[in-house]
Amino acid sequence: MSDTMKNALNWIDDRFPLTKVWNEHLAKYYAPKNFNWMYYFGSLAMLVLVNQIITGIFLTIHYKPDALLAFDSVEYIMRDVDWGWLIRYMHSTGASAFFIVVYLHMFRGLIYGSFRKPRELVWTFGMIIYVCLMAEAFMGYLLPWGQMSYWGAQVIVSLFGAIPYVGEDLALWLRGDYVISDATLNRFFAFHVIAIPLVLVILVFMHIVALHAVGSNNPDGIEIKKLKGADGIPLDGIPFHPYYSVKDLVGVGVFLFIFALIIFYMPEMGGYFLEHANFVPADPLKTPEHIAPVWYFTPFYAVLRAVPDKFLGVVAMAGAIVVLFLLPWLDKGINKSIRYRGPLFKKAIIAFVISFVMLGYFGMQPVTPVGTFFSRLFTLVYFAFFLLMPYYTRLDRDKELPVPERVTD
Amino acid sequence: MSEQVVDKRRRRLLTLAAAAVTGVGAVYVAVPFLSSMQPSARAKAAGVPVEADISKLEPGQLIRVEWRGKPVWVLKRTDGALAELKTTEDKLRDADSNESEQPEYCKNEGRSIKKDIFVAVGICTHLGCSPTFRPEVAPEDLGPEWRGGFFCPCHGSAFDLAGRVHSGVPAPLNLVIPPHQYLTDSRILIGEDGEQSA
Repeated sequence: MSDTMKNALNWIDDRFPLTKVWNEHLAKYYAPKNFNWMYYFGSLAMLVLVNQIITGIFLTIHYKPDALLAFDSVEYIMRDVDWGWLIRYMHSTGASAFFIVVYLHMFRGLIYGSFRKPRELVWTFGMIIYVCLMAEAFMGYLLPWGQMSYWGAQVIVSLFGAIPYVGEDLALWLRGDYVISDATLNRFFAFHVIAIPLVLVILVFMHIVALHAVGSNNPDGIEIKKLKGADGIPLDGIPFHPYYSVKDLVGVGVFLFIFALIIFYMPEMGGYFLEHANFVPADPLKTPEHIAPVWYFTPFYAVLRAVPDKFLGVVAMAGAIVVLFLLPWLDKGINKSIRYRGPLFKKAIIAFVISFVMLGYFGMQPVTPVGTFFSRLFTLVYFAFFLLMPYYTRLDRDKELPVPERVTD
Repeated sequence: MSEQVVDKRRRRLLTLAAAAVTGVGAVYVAVPFLSSMQPSARAKAAGVPVEADISKLEPGQLIRVEWRGKPVWVLKRTDGALAELKTTEDKLRDADSNESEQPEYCKNEGRSIKKDIFVAVGICTHLGCSPTFRPEVAPEDLGPEWRGGFFCPCHGSAFDLAGRVHSGVPAPLNLVIPPHQYLTDSRILIGEDGEQSA
């Protein structure tokens, strides 16, 4: 570094903790050296967030949040705006990519025990991010003002109406009208482009601050801070920069390859990322023959449909999300990582993944007696995974699987 | 300067008092913002009644009219359909419409003023989808038990041709019957019935 550069840096450091922040979070943030490919999804989630914000800003330049103009303005972006189709598909595909990446990120945390003490708040902030993301995606889906936009919003806002006493007034207040209308579209636009993204960015910041305060977990579930060298640096730790910053770039490369493939060759993903009915303008008089939310909501939608009671259905659906928040306090296992956990936990994880995927599948299908039967079955499995966790994790044979002192590989 | 002793109790009281006053202020300031999200005066005024012409309505035919942004169905039921209403009663959650929403003059078996003409808000009482009109008896997809009615594709709620909800489906109540009246034999006014205008 030249003297001029050094002086410039000193000048800044006297006024702003640039070097300090750089070191604490990158150059001298020691992460376990045994991260595998499942550790890509955190940084990928941030990449997608940036993608959504940038493409979102450019979409608002041409989009019109007005019930009479919205549908046409999206078609206008797709047909008449230079590169508008690309920016729109980057945004709509980005929404699905966000959930794929976040679900894998959460699954990683689940199997390696990254939610366990002392990382309860990392998990909690992450869960709040997830809920905000669902609100963000839901409100964004109304904006094209297609049939699925309209009826999806109608159903989800009606969910609030199921709350006893205050529900109907709350739904009215959210809609700003007696039905989903221009008023609803306009306010969802405001929430989607400013209110929730702002909250999301703040939460991501807190998620990372909390993570860096306690340090990263790893596939062995070992606390690397317990074994430090004479220099005070964890023996199994390596600086995030350059080791993981460079490694993450490989993940970014792979991700962007797949992302571009989808954007260019199958942006609607056969109706899974952008549903066919949403290419028909909203019609308040006619519900499409078959309506289902976008794929990332369908597991919860299946839970809602599994319960033959309006209020209890909403309770079950909300409960399916609430139990995720409680995870750090439900798992009573001795070891963190699935590598050193007994057979009960492993089987429970398999049952959970199957139930989540199958609920997702049945949530997309029209209502049939068979579908309802399996939705109910998998809803029970889903809740059993969480609610029985304190019991089966205590009974499990974690003790017979000693965790090594140092990370493996 | 004289020696000053900090009175911690006094300081805590002042801090608390200032915080409380600020809190009250914040709540007051929140009111206009939260109230601004309520339906505006324009939205409230939009509930004007609409007219429907039923002179060309064939038996078994259903037309949709928009009232307050919602679909309102006007259905002319066939004699066969009216006969079926009796046969399904044991499968209904609220057969006598005791808990459901309808004007007093429609609280009868057919939930209508005239026996054959059925007027209802076409919005499912579950989560607000518009059910599909399925008048046929025992169609393949709905099973041999189906006696004609309305089926909600969103969550599988079912109603008979008087808008009465089946039991064992997510919808809790019968379809809402809007206030309406006959201006002549062939013209219906929806949204107003002379006594109450909802």
